[in-house]
Order: sequence, then C-alpha cells, then structure tokens
Amino acid sequence: SSSSSAFKIDSLRSKVELLKLPLALSSKSISERKTQLGGATERSRGGAGVHKPRPLAPDMDNESQYSGYSYKSSHSRSSRKHRDRRDRHRSKSRDSRGDKSVTIQAPGEALLDTESTRGDDRDDNWGETTTVVTGTSEHSVSNEDLTRASKELEDSSPLECRRFAGPVLSAVLGLFALLTPLAFLLLPQLLWREALEPCGTPCEGLYVSLAFKLLVLLLSSWALFLRPPRHTLPRFFVFRCLLMALVFLFVASYWLFYGVRVLEPRERDYRGIVGYAVSLVDALLFIQYLALVLLEVRHLRPAFCLKVVRTTDGASRFYNVGHLSIQRAAVWVLDQYYSDFPVYNPALLNLPKSILSKKMSGFKVYSLGEENSTNNSTGQSRAMIAAAARRRDNSHNEYYYEEAEMDRRIRKRKARLVVAVEEAFTHIKRLQEDEASSSPKHPREVMDPREAAQAIFAPMARAMQKYLRTTRQQPYHSMESIITHLQFCITHNMTPKAFLERYLTPGPTMQYQRENGRGRQWTLVSEEPVTSALRQGLVFSLRRLDFSLVVTVTTLPFLTLGEEFIDPKSHKFVMRLQSETSV
Amino acid sequence: MFQRIEIQKLRDGDNLILGFSIGGGIDQDPGQNPFSEDKTDKGIYVTRVSKGGPADVAGLMTGDKIMQVNGWDMTMVTHDQARKRLTKKNEDVVRLLVTRKSLEDVVRQSMMPH
Repeated sequence: SSSSSAFKIDSLRSKVELLKLPLALSSKSISERKTQLGGATERSRGGAGVHKPRPLAPDMDNESQYSGYSYKSSHSRSSRKHRDRRDRHRSKSRDSRGDKSVTIQAPGEALLDTESTRGDDRDDNWGETTTVVTGTSEHSVSNEDLTRASKELEDSSPLECRRFAGPVLSAVLGLFALLTPLAFLLLPQLLWREALEPCGTPCEGLYVSLAFKLLVLLLSSWALFLRPPRHTLPRFFVFRCLLMALVFLFVASYWLFYGVRVLEPRERDYRGIVGYAVSLVDALLFIQYLALVLLEVRHLRPAFCLKVVRTTDGASRFYNVGHLSIQRAAVWVLDQYYSDFPVYNPALLNLPKSILSKKMSGFKVYSLGEENSTNNSTGQSRAMIAAAARRRDNSHNEYYYEEAEMDRRIRKRKARLVVAVEEAFTHIKRLQEDEASSSPKHPREVMDPREAAQAIFAPMARAMQKYLRTTRQQPYHSMESIITHLQFCITHNMTPKAFLERYLTPGPTMQYQRENGRGRQWTLVSEEPVTSALRQGLVFSLRRLDFSLVVTVTTLPFLTLGEEFIDPKSHKFVMRLQSETSV
Repeated sequence: MFQRIEIQKLRDGDNLILGFSIGGGIDQDPGQNPFSEDKTDKGIYVTRVSKGGPADVAGLMTGDKIMQVNGWDMTMVTHDQARKRLTKKNEDVVRLLVTRKSLEDVVRQSMMPH
C-alpha cells in the first residue's frame, strides 16, 4: 500500500505544482519548491517513529507521530456502577481509523511553513500577498491536504476490539444487577401465580420503596459513572475490579439462594420474596456507596506533593494529590499538564551551536608508552575535558550577548506588532443598531466579522509574521488561525491587547489542540508496578516521543497546629523615647 | 576615671528610695541622651538627683554613667533591668561604680534646654 500511496502522492504533487504556477506567489523558483515538497513527503512517508522535530510539516499539536502500541493494551475494566461506555463513545465520535496515536497535522497555510523555517532574510510572503494565498487554499489541493492524505494512509491502525471488553462487561453486569430484583418479583408471578398468598398493604409499601430505590440507583449511577471515558490505563484499575467482583459475587449468591429457596420449592410467601428483592437493592445501594468512597472521595484529600518536570526545558510544577495508584496519578498529572505547562517548543531548546562548538577544539593528546587502549581513551577524554575546563573560555560571554541581542530583537518586533495591531483595530468599529436604519451621506459597506477580520488583517500581517518568526512560534499559528482568532476577538469586542494575549506568551498545550478527538499517546515508565499506591520517594515518568515528564512523589508534611490565645486587651504600645525612672 | 559611691537606701513607708532618676538602657534610644559624649552609648545615666536625698548625700551627680551596681554590670542592660537592680528590696546599700565627665561640662549640659 505504500507504493500506491507514493503514486497518489506524486500525482497530487504535480497537481499542486500546476496550480501554484500562475499565482506568482513568491520569488522562489519552482525547483526549490519541488525539492521542499519532496522533502516533506519523503519525511512524512518514512515517518513512523522518527525522532527529530519536523520543521517542514509542523503541527498544531507539538507532538510527533507514534504509531505502534503493541505493548499498551487497554485492560482496564470498570465496575458495574461505572458502566463504562467511555471508549465506545470515543470510537463513535472519531472516524473509524482514528486512534490514540497522534499524528502531525499540517496547519492551514503551507507557504507560511515551508518558508518560515529558513533564515530571516527572505520575503515575508503571506505578509504581502494575503488575498492571493487565501484563494489558493480554497480551491486547490494545498500541501496540507497532501501531507494529511499521506499520513492517514500510513497511519491507520486497526480498531482495538479488546478496548470494549471492559466497558461491555461492566455494562452487562450492571444491567443484570439492576434487573435482578425485578426478576425476583416477576418470576413467581409468572410461574405459579395461583399458588401465591395474596399480600396487601405491606407489599405495596415494599413495591414503592423498591421502585424508588431502583430509581435512586439508576440516577446516581448515571450521575457518577456514566461519563465519556477520557483515558485508558495500562493495567487493571484495582478498585474497580474489586467492586465489579463484589457486585458479581453478591448478585450470584442472591440468585443462588433464590434458586434454591424460592424457585425449587415454589415458595408461596410473596411478601418474603418481595422483602428479599428489597434487601438486594439495599445491598446494591451500599455497594454504590462503597464505590463512591473508593473511587471518587478517597483521593480528594491531599496527601502527596508531586513535582512534575519536563525533561527538555525544565518547566516544572508542583501538585497536591490524594491517595492514588501510580497509573491514576499519572492520568491526573497529564490532565493538569495540558492546561498548566507552556507548550513544548522544540525550536527553543538548545544554545546555538556557535557558542558551544568551541569547547573541544585545539587540544590534541598523544599517548606515550605501553598502555591499554581502553585506559587510553578514557584517560584521553578526561584529560581533554580537564584541559578544556581549565582553559579560559569566553563562551559564557557570547551566550550573554546573544541572549541580550535576542531579547532586544524580540522587544523591537513586539513593539512594532503592538503598534500595528492597535492601528489596525482603529479601522473598524461596531455598527450600532440605530445607525443601520438611517442612511448617512456616504453609505458604508456592512461586513460580517469574518470580512472585517480579513479587512484589517493585511496591515498587521507583516509585523505579526516577523514577531512569530523571532519567537519561533510560527509553527503554531497559521494565517488561517490568526484570522479566525481576529474574527473571534472582534465579535466579542476585545481590545488589541486581548487579541495579542494569545501570541505574546506561549500558552498551555491545550490552546493548540485541534478538536478532532484523536487521543494522545503517553507511556508510563515506572520501576514499580503501576497499580501500587503512591508513597514517599517514588519516581515515575511519562514519556512521549521527544520529551518526557518526570514525576517525583513526596509526602506532605505532617502539621502540628498549636493554639495561642491573645487577649484583645493585651495589645499595648509605648513610644520609644528616652524614659526616665526614679529609683 | 571611675568613682565608687555608696548610697544608703532611705526607707519611706514600704519603699526603699535612693533619690535619683536614671535614663538609658539598651532598649532605649541613645540619641536622646543629653549626658553622653558618644551618642551611641546605651549605658545607664543619672538624669536627676533629688536634693538632699541619699544619692545627693553620697555624692552622686547628674550625668554620671553607672557602670556597676553591687558588682552587677550596668553597661549592657535594659532600662527595666537597671531599675530592678537598683531597687532590690533585700539590699539596704548600693555600691555604684560611676564615671563622670568634668563637672563644668556636666553642669553646662544640664543647664541646656532639652
């Protein structure tokens, strides 16, 4: 299938080339563009498990592709109370091929991305030719569709059937448990109605209480447990398995007793049977209470402090959690990660090579005499490192100046951007209701937000692109997304500062997620079994392809609170003057 | 230049009085002390001597800095501690070690308006 996809990609590529020709979009030659596109598709084709970040086909989510997950089987089961249709909901909402692995999704404007990764010394294309480029993206196959097509072709992993085993099982068990009391009541009526003793008012009271208890069970199960699932855990969720087993045991034993004592001898005391059913419902209510406490309440009181550090750039946060198992704590940390941590930007990571490269040059070490080769190499490298450290090196100086220069450049671009945006916003104003009816001397063209946004985007586009390029954020914001955001801000009467908030600081990862319902693949790496509880000193890490989060667990300190009573009348003050006392 | 002065306490009803007033102490503001030469000196100074009292009879003068009382150091005490050491109920006699600037300086300073 890879060869067929290759043919498809080539045919699409030639179509794109033809369409781009008459539009005179950039000063670059067609051959340059061809090599770029070729590079993009090659990289995307050979992409399973590639580690380096991809500048030519960047993504809205900052994570790269990860397609194999044979070892991450989702074995988590849920109790009958959970009736976990989470995975089923999830699979319904996305397309049938979509799965938890994230793929790189190319943003809206191909031209922006292919050019923006080169140096700063080229034309700002979309800054100057905005209207033309918009036309391109609507009527032709742009590079984005190309990469997406190729991705989807190679990325479709099979739908996992065992994911549904857990929720289906728990749903069946739940339904069975709920229908059991009704079955207990109905079976005698159906089988030996004539022989039953009539039971009057007490039975009716029991019927009513049974009905209401079942209703309460149903409602609380719906409220607490019927939620679309948001994660799958690598191992069984211990508490849930426990509760499911408990429910099963309960219901099975009730059925056993029922079969032996009621069905076989055809018990005639109907009131006793009804009481039996009611006692089952009571027991189910108590099990639900147990489930509530174990699954929902126990982990609410904070007991541990988790320190989460991202390995690539050291961004760290501290969180307080309660008593959880490692896998549940991992899920919780990931939930917070998506809204607390600034987005991972691979372009901002290391010192430029020019600063670091001077370290190891200039020293040659010769070995004299008879030595082992292994000894030699370590000794040699150590000697070189020591010599390099001793040598007076000014790379810190260069780093300092480079940082200062970068700051200055960013600030300059930011100033230009702010001024441009402020000025752009003065060009439009909201049409008031009363103005619309009266026709003024010059009839104005009335625009909807999208048109208004496009109208004022042109003057600020260049400044915006320069700023984004300087702060290396250009993969996250395509021209389309900027216009959409502008439209959003105009609709809600936001000021230019509010519009710029999204671009001046790197937001949390959630801000850059697409709404496509595809899941995110994380690997939990731990030295202890992941169902064990958290305790002091535990360390585990959550890994994605190019970065990971290291989590360290410490207990919160035990607080001894003492009491001190202060009499409100005891607050007295004196002036600090020379005092005189007679003795 | 130190001087030793021995004061006999006078019994006045239930109290034993010495007949002078002190100022200063490490918890006080030394800049307001009119008698000290060094305005950071936090020692205990005699600010007033009542005429005809036991201190006057014994020869204590205004402006004297009290260095010791019955062997207890008075150069690094708080105002209240100084008072307590001077007014111990079980002592009838206090022996002070004082130091004094020249008499003219003292008189001139005590005549100056505060």
